[in-house]
Amino acid sequence: MIFFETLYAAPPQLAAHAPALLVVGPLVGACAAILAPNSRWAWMISVAASIFAVWMALCIAGEVARGGVVDYAMGGFGPPLGIAFRIDWLGAGMALLISSIGVLAALYSGHGLRSEVIQEKHNLFQAGFLLCQAGLLGLVSTGDAFNAFVFLEISSIGTYALIAVGASRDRRALPAAFNYLVMGTIGATFFVIGVGFLYAATGTLNMADIAARIATLNDSRAVQAGFAFIVVGLGLKAAVFPLHGWLPGAYAYAPSLIAVFLSATATKAAIYLLARFAFTVFDPATDFVHTFLVWVLAPLAAAAAIVCSIQAILEPELRRVLAFSSVAQVGYMLMGLSLASVAGVSAGLLHLGAHALMKAALFMALGGVAMSVRASALADFAGAGRDAPWTMTAFAISAAGLMGLPLTFGFLTKFRLIEAALSANQVWIVAVVAVSSLLGLIYVGRMLEALFFKPQPPGTARAVEAPFGVLIPLWILALASLWFGIDASLPESLANAGALALFGARP
Amino acid sequence: MTLAVTHLNYIVVVALMMIGLFIVFSSGNFIKRMIGLAVFQVSTGLFYISLAKVAGGTAPIVVDVTNSDGQALAARLDPAYVALHGVDGVVYSNPLPHVLILTAIVVGVATLAVGLSIAVRVREAYGTVEADEVAQLDRSEKAGQPA
Repeated sequence: MIFFETLYAAPPQLAAHAPALLVVGPLVGACAAILAPNSRWAWMISVAASIFAVWMALCIAGEVARGGVVDYAMGGFGPPLGIAFRIDWLGAGMALLISSIGVLAALYSGHGLRSEVIQEKHNLFQAGFLLCQAGLLGLVSTGDAFNAFVFLEISSIGTYALIAVGASRDRRALPAAFNYLVMGTIGATFFVIGVGFLYAATGTLNMADIAARIATLNDSRAVQAGFAFIVVGLGLKAAVFPLHGWLPGAYAYAPSLIAVFLSATATKAAIYLLARFAFTVFDPATDFVHTFLVWVLAPLAAAAAIVCSIQAILEPELRRVLAFSSVAQVGYMLMGLSLASVAGVSAGLLHLGAHALMKAALFMALGGVAMSVRASALADFAGAGRDAPWTMTAFAISAAGLMGLPLTFGFLTKFRLIEAALSANQVWIVAVVAVSSLLGLIYVGRMLEALFFKPQPPGTARAVEAPFGVLIPLWILALASLWFGIDASLPESLANAGALALFGARP
Repeated sequence: MTLAVTHLNYIVVVALMMIGLFIVFSSGNFIKRMIGLAVFQVSTGLFYISLAKVAGGTAPIVVDVTNSDGQALAARLDPAYVALHGVDGVVYSNPLPHVLILTAIVVGVATLAVGLSIAVRVREAYGTVEADEVAQLDRSEKAGQPA
């Protein structure tokens, strides 16, 4: 982490308040975007606020590299009474990931929105996008359980509205958004009930304090019930199999900007919170947490990796293929977490980062050609690889990572997961990864075959190369997943430090 | 029986929770599902408020007690002292869950607003707010597409 240690990205007065500004930046940007005179300005505000968030995330990463953990008392009120932000390596890594994807998505939105959202709504759309970003960034930096709920809902409510905007392209976005709203709200409410149980048992909402007091309360029924509610609630938000029913529709019919941003960040933030509760707030060595990880989370994750890959193979609509593959990939991350070892969690987190890069690029590429190909079925995209080579080559690179082709980031993370499973003597996980990768080969192969080798069906529009403004963020993502496949020292050290931080809170 | 009396609040909370969830899952009407969701969310409000009650405690608004011994505020707010004597000899209920649930209510209202406006848009796009009719329309559209 030499890179971050030497990083003094901002003057100390600004850096001291970086945890607050990380959230406030996009929040203020959201208000400014509504007031912006036209959509061009709203776009610039969106990009500027996202870049500001990356800047603050870099400041925080620098502070964490030097001091281990950043503690920030919101408004100067200390932890027992006030709300505390507590950012360790895991939070800093997640903030970096979310804010960088945010910048790329914001850059993309300059062209991506034009064909999908009517001009007058651009300001509001950018505001919703920034709200969603602010909520997710707050979620990964807060140290307060109830505050985490509030941030979770800030991002989710923004998301529901933005998915519904996809109705101008495909009216199925509306029932999909409604379905997500119902499921998401039930999930969030379960989370609140669980936090209520913990509050009743420990008398505090600060995650570190709960962790300290819970140590003597592990036999308490209230604590165990609280854990169950929290896990189910976050499982709904993270699309843990079989609670993923809302996800395919929501990703497939949302405007492509939202599909790009959500697929890379929203479920990931929920997985972060799940890990935070399972490993830091609760003790993974306790009986009921251990039982959950080994007998509930691991089998469900394995089922997701296999069942949803099969669903992806059978699905005729291109964007739904990618959505089902997202649920399958969430399975890999959770298999890593369920090992409850530093190596396993680190592999899960690494795959989280890799999948964020790949899925964002895939949805971005589809959004890029969707400006000319106004269809959703895979068959309608046939031959697009020849008509739009730059866009579709980036798509192919990311898709190769999705199935784990060597020399891509996706290969490396699967390899790490297998290593961790073997060192934990969980050979069946290796088998699941192997079978699921074979299934991945089939659905990725099917997509690439249609895009590059099938003739264009008669009577359909020719795909047109995505504009320059789309190609730049797209290729940044594609090249990143190639580069990290060769030299992954940066994401690996981040994932390792994040995993250690999860366990390190309880030395 | 005594359990039913002492835990009446919690029984009501569980009942409301189940009623709310049942409406969400059993009803195909988007408006009714939003109503169920609202009932479900309100039950958590009651749950938190019930947690906040301190036996014999009054509403958490400062009662004017002529307190001449001038204890330092920190001493009066020491948890051990408060547990024995209350603040200034007055026992208050815990105000924190009320504040929390105020936030949760705001979140609930926002969700309700977004949900209902999506329901309005569904009605505009499909002409119905029944989930199975919407699914039916989507299916028939899909079947008609290849032609």
